[in-house]
Amino acid sequence: MSGAPLLRMRGITKSFLGVRVLHGVDLDLYPGRLHALVGENGAGKSTLMKVLAGVHRPDGGTVELDGEPVAFEHPVQAQRAGVATVFQEFNLLPERTVAENVFLGREIRRRGLVDGRAMERATGELLAGLDLEGIAPGARVRSLSVAQQQVVEIVRALSLEARVISMDEPTAALADHEVEALYRIIGRLRERGVAVLYVSHRMREIFDLADTITVLKDGHRVTTVPAGEITPAELVRRMVGRPVSAVFPEPLEPHGEHVGRVRLSVSGGGNAQLDGIGFEVRGGEILGMAGLQGSGRTEVAHALFGVERFTRGEVRVDGRRIDPRSPLRAVRAGLALVTEDRKARGLALHQSVAANGRLVLDAVWPFGSARRARRLPGILSSVELVARGGHDQEVRYLSGGNQQKVVLAKWLAAEPGVMVLDEPTRGIDVGARQAVYRLVRELAAAGVAVVLISSELPELIGMADRLLVLRDGRVAGELPGGASEEAVMAMATGSPHGGPAPEAVDPRTHPAASPSDGPPPHPSRHEEAAP
Amino acid sequence: MTPTPSPGTRAPQDPPARSPWSALAAAGRGGTATVALLLALVFVVIATQNPSFFEGPPLMAFAKKAAPLVILAIGQYLVIVSGEFDLSVGSLVGAQVVVAARLIDGEESNTLPVIGLMLAFGLVVGLVNGLVTTLLRVPSIITTLGTMLILFGAVRYWTGGAPTGALSESFRVPGRGGIEGVPLLGQIPWALVVALVLAVAAVLLMRSPWGRTLVATGDNDLAAAFSGVRVWRVRTLAFVGSSLLATVAAVLIGGFAGVTAQVGEGLEFTAITAVVLGGVVLGGGRGTVLAAVLGALTVEALFTLFNQLYLPSTIQPSVQGLIIIAAVAYAARRGGLRLPERPRRRPDHPAEPELGTSRR
Repeated sequence: MSGAPLLRMRGITKSFLGVRVLHGVDLDLYPGRLHALVGENGAGKSTLMKVLAGVHRPDGGTVELDGEPVAFEHPVQAQRAGVATVFQEFNLLPERTVAENVFLGREIRRRGLVDGRAMERATGELLAGLDLEGIAPGARVRSLSVAQQQVVEIVRALSLEARVISMDEPTAALADHEVEALYRIIGRLRERGVAVLYVSHRMREIFDLADTITVLKDGHRVTTVPAGEITPAELVRRMVGRPVSAVFPEPLEPHGEHVGRVRLSVSGGGNAQLDGIGFEVRGGEILGMAGLQGSGRTEVAHALFGVERFTRGEVRVDGRRIDPRSPLRAVRAGLALVTEDRKARGLALHQSVAANGRLVLDAVWPFGSARRARRLPGILSSVELVARGGHDQEVRYLSGGNQQKVVLAKWLAAEPGVMVLDEPTRGIDVGARQAVYRLVRELAAAGVAVVLISSELPELIGMADRLLVLRDGRVAGELPGGASEEAVMAMATGSPHGGPAPEAVDPRTHPAASPSDGPPPHPSRHEEAAP
Repeated sequence: MTPTPSPGTRAPQDPPARSPWSALAAAGRGGTATVALLLALVFVVIATQNPSFFEGPPLMAFAKKAAPLVILAIGQYLVIVSGEFDLSVGSLVGAQVVVAARLIDGEESNTLPVIGLMLAFGLVVGLVNGLVTTLLRVPSIITTLGTMLILFGAVRYWTGGAPTGALSESFRVPGRGGIEGVPLLGQIPWALVVALVLAVAAVLLMRSPWGRTLVATGDNDLAAAFSGVRVWRVRTLAFVGSSLLATVAAVLIGGFAGVTAQVGEGLEFTAITAVVLGGVVLGGGRGTVLAAVLGALTVEALFTLFNQLYLPSTIQPSVQGLIIIAAVAYAARRGGLRLPERPRRRPDHPAEPELGTSRR
């Protein structure tokens, strides 16, 4: 590697609430070079970026800028030192102009007053330096496209004379032609000698742009390699490389009239975020829905549930076409949705366990709710709820796992035919996870069609009969249950070498037909792709 | 790893404790016990000042006077527990009384049709308040402030500043009359009967599916929407309930106090004071309707006490102000308070972006 690094991070560790998310990570950034940071969700990429940006203070380790040790305690400090960050969520004021945003907090003054014209002139020069005359410095940020807003963030970084710019998934919200514009901007930045740290899930961008790649996994640095010395398939393997843990309960013997019948089918579903969504789930089957953050998993769940509805396509439940225009209609049609955000969307926290458990019944079948609610105590005990204050206890005093059990009980009381679970085990402890897994198995065995959405690949692979992989709001493909993590990641990231799932090998293509036995085979290992 | 029971053999949960005591404890959590204690305290002080207060007729007079506020407090409770405000009820009471006087104009035969018209008018006002708040997403404090001013101005314009006409005798019966010749009590006022019936109905209503969805909506409208609650509908009905109850209160107040230009003035704040004193938390989701009723009685008892102490009635608004601040501060200390006007989003379309700088 040529010359001395501009920025040197050594042995960075960071813990949140006693959980260590970074284990002694090293990272070097060189002027004029782009360093890609890759890893699964939760690998520690964002935390590392935030340490660099001065948002988080590391528990251990050193950061050197130009050979000088630095310790940023605040983002402004990092910016002054020339380390700028473009986060996924923009920090722009929508009602202010481009120039005002670029110089926010450091306005150019003349005789004590803000000199708007000078700021617009300076902003115009910066934009021209990037060949971006298309954006007017006096335009309101609200009127700009997402890509243009991103440019404003980059220009703000440049106006600070940043020597290091880190970008967190900058293309996640961009259209193809906008991505090309970003490539050009990044090219300009490199010509100026800026060191770029680039976080992305997309293989194509990483191999188009990066000089060096660092792989993080579970907070450890797995490897740092020059981009030319690794193949996409090998990269994916290093990102996931871990055994599927065998903690998932076995499928149960299916029973009930709905087993094997198609209970949910979607074809050609689309809206502003989704396109061409099509899949089927049978009674007794668990369909895993995989994909990176922002790939449209939650959006599919919301579309099915009438929150952000499909504007095209067709949804059928038990063969009947339905138009889920509201959660109410979706529930009436036999759907249930366990939302990913338990506290904001799942529970009325100041109400009792009993009140939350009855809520769906009260809302959807007001005249039958008393009769149906009689089953609730039984359901609550079957989900193994532990509430010290009994069913009068307010749910805000329950642990995360028990809160999730209340959410599940609420939906079980509605006796759905199709159950969509969005990240059902997020933030709950091991014991409660097991309870959720067992419950999902029992639901499937009773003939319910289950759609399981999760960011945790082992969970999906361990529980699902089939996997539907989404990418950029579309169905990227389908894999049999027990597919390898590498295969799923390859499909989710669009890695060219991952390819479609090799037909084959898995006996569980017919769900619920036979309980699987033994460890699932790994159909795609990409051994041939290793250098 | 902890051993977990296999799916077939689950330890049965203890049956939930469902005793009268637990119900009482639940009521206590909602602040009902606190306000009941407060009411008892005020009554004790009144009794020391005026031992004859509990001798029947004075108590019935108190009930007659308190009944409209109790009814208004029930209406305000419905709106507040759903997470909103209704500032329009005072103006609505005033408008209803003045309109009734003008349309009846002393004619007995007009009484029933006009009462029907008043109810229809109350329904319309409630619908407007509710639909503007839920569908146009105007914060209810603004919506109902607007309706309050509109009604106030419209009535003044229509009557030319001074109310005209007169109420019929039969119109005034519910507010003034009662069941006469009851031993010990003398007269049992119709107003007390109406308030009791409405209070019982409200308690039952809050135990119905609609009542429970209303409270859940006030607690977390997003979670309610995701559970299939039609949030706009539930809240609109709360506003309609408030306006209809204000109409009933208007009939009682008109009968009791007659027609003046000032009738109804400030009643919305008295009703909010009563509800807040009952421990019903602004922002929604907490407190019982019984507590709101007790809160109304406490406020009225305090006013009575002030009369007995020869305090000028002009000081009453100041006392209300102190009560509101103290009650809300008390609730906030207990950690139950949330800001009443949360950032507006439409719970029926929760995926819609909030105003902000995040993408898309």
